[in-house]
Amino acid sequence: MRIFDPHIHMTSRTTDDYEALYAAGVRALVEPAFWLGQPRTNVGSFLDYFDSLLGWERFRAAQFGIRHHATIALNPKEANDARCREVLDEIPRYLLKDGVVAVGEVGYDSMTPEEDEVFARQLQMARDVDLPVLVHTPHRDKLAGTRRTLDVVRESGVPSEHVLVDHLNETNVTLVLDAGAWAGFSIYPDTKMDEDRMVAILQEHGTDRMIVNSAADWGRSDPLKTLKTGRAMLAAGFTDDDVDKVLWRNPVEFYGQSGNLVLDPVPGFVEGDLPTPGVEFEGSSVLRGVRA
Amino acid sequence: MTETTRPDARPADGATSDGERWLAEARAAVGQDPASVSRAFALAGRKVGRAPLRPDVDPAGIVHGTVDDAARAALVVALADALGADGDAALGARLADLYQHGDTAERRGVLRGLDALAERGSLAGEGATSVVAVGRDLAADALRTNDQSLVAAAVGPFAAAHLDQHAWRHAVLKLVFMGVSLDAVAGLDDRADDELARMARDFAAERRAAGRVVPDDVARLAPDVTTGRTA
Repeated sequence: MRIFDPHIHMTSRTTDDYEALYAAGVRALVEPAFWLGQPRTNVGSFLDYFDSLLGWERFRAAQFGIRHHATIALNPKEANDARCREVLDEIPRYLLKDGVVAVGEVGYDSMTPEEDEVFARQLQMARDVDLPVLVHTPHRDKLAGTRRTLDVVRESGVPSEHVLVDHLNETNVTLVLDAGAWAGFSIYPDTKMDEDRMVAILQEHGTDRMIVNSAADWGRSDPLKTLKTGRAMLAAGFTDDDVDKVLWRNPVEFYGQSGNLVLDPVPGFVEGDLPTPGVEFEGSSVLRGVRA
Repeated sequence: MTETTRPDARPADGATSDGERWLAEARAAVGQDPASVSRAFALAGRKVGRAPLRPDVDPAGIVHGTVDDAARAALVVALADALGADGDAALGARLADLYQHGDTAERRGVLRGLDALAERGSLAGEGATSVVAVGRDLAADALRTNDQSLVAAAVGPFAAAHLDQHAWRHAVLKLVFMGVSLDAVAGLDDRADDELARMARDFAAERRAAGRVVPDDVARLAPDVTTGRTA
């Protein structure tokens, strides 16, 4: 099973997770820019975080054989914080960088006027550089939030096939598919959406434009939920090709619209080798090691 | 089977002619408008590919660099030429900017660009004091990181000529720690001294006491040391 996890916050995860992800078949992922769990208090904090998504985290992933990509944006929650607003002026520069595959996560948290403004502005940035958009739907008042999201997307002129609306459930999936956008589902232990419910949604709506992710982060989450969803699909009678479509070809097609996916195997990586190259290699100074 | 979404990112044979054409145009553009170097830096990897320059001895492209490293170094040289003989302060400022706003690959490009300038003799003398000062700060930043490719990019001809001896010794030892070949170090034998040999011997003793392998490269720094694994 080859897997592309299109939404996973690896800055919150340990190297045990990277090893488990690779063993499970994950060869590439997308880490969206989001908030840290407590507020950032200045623009510099954001810039250091963006730099770490493109730098340290991409490097760390490569040490475990995984191609790491990122999305960049001012997230919905921090759109409300005046101390962070000026980061919007810095974002266009990041949208040119290697490995940046979308503007995101954008959208609504509590549906405030500030969130409206920041969402609309970043949709225009995405249009300017022709990048797709990753939209976070709110966890509270989700259906209304999804409707408003789709209205704002339509007004922006961003083509709907460039938009992935994430964290969906049974109540809002049809809305998103009918709008021509991609439908994202975050599979968590217990809350929000699980793999069996996901299988039921796939049985009802088919596999076109369906995206599955683990959204693993600092909270109670499981980076192997993509694999578990694949297994649940097989158990329910879906084919290997269906699983490959949902877990690999769909996210690759969506994020491939950026032109910035890198999917060739990480050069020099050998599964199971310790990530410190050369030193343990029987004393030989012949170069080993992986490059991000 | 390799998969990329960029047709000119073939790993097998270095820069493609499309890439070479792009680079020639980008260098010319920098000559006309130095500010265009930022965008060219961001795009270089996608345009020329990221293959290692010497895949036979350096398959990861860490020790001797990559095709895009070389392209960015060429852009730095073009920038220096565009800013001219009196452009020291402006060049220093632009290089600091490219590094600070750069991702890892762009930072390598700045460091290897400094190497290219050092090698052609542009940084000797009074007309380059600003660039040399900036270069030292950037090299120090790179040497603090834990990314082998950045550390390896900071020990070339620029470091050989301009890093102070203490910083240079620690850079060399860090490479040994990281398992990166000392082939990355320009002028290793010229600057290696008794203190570096002492540091290498102490490192070897630590490894032996821990029952761990002593890398072969330690013998390049302290010829009397036994490397490999001891029983």
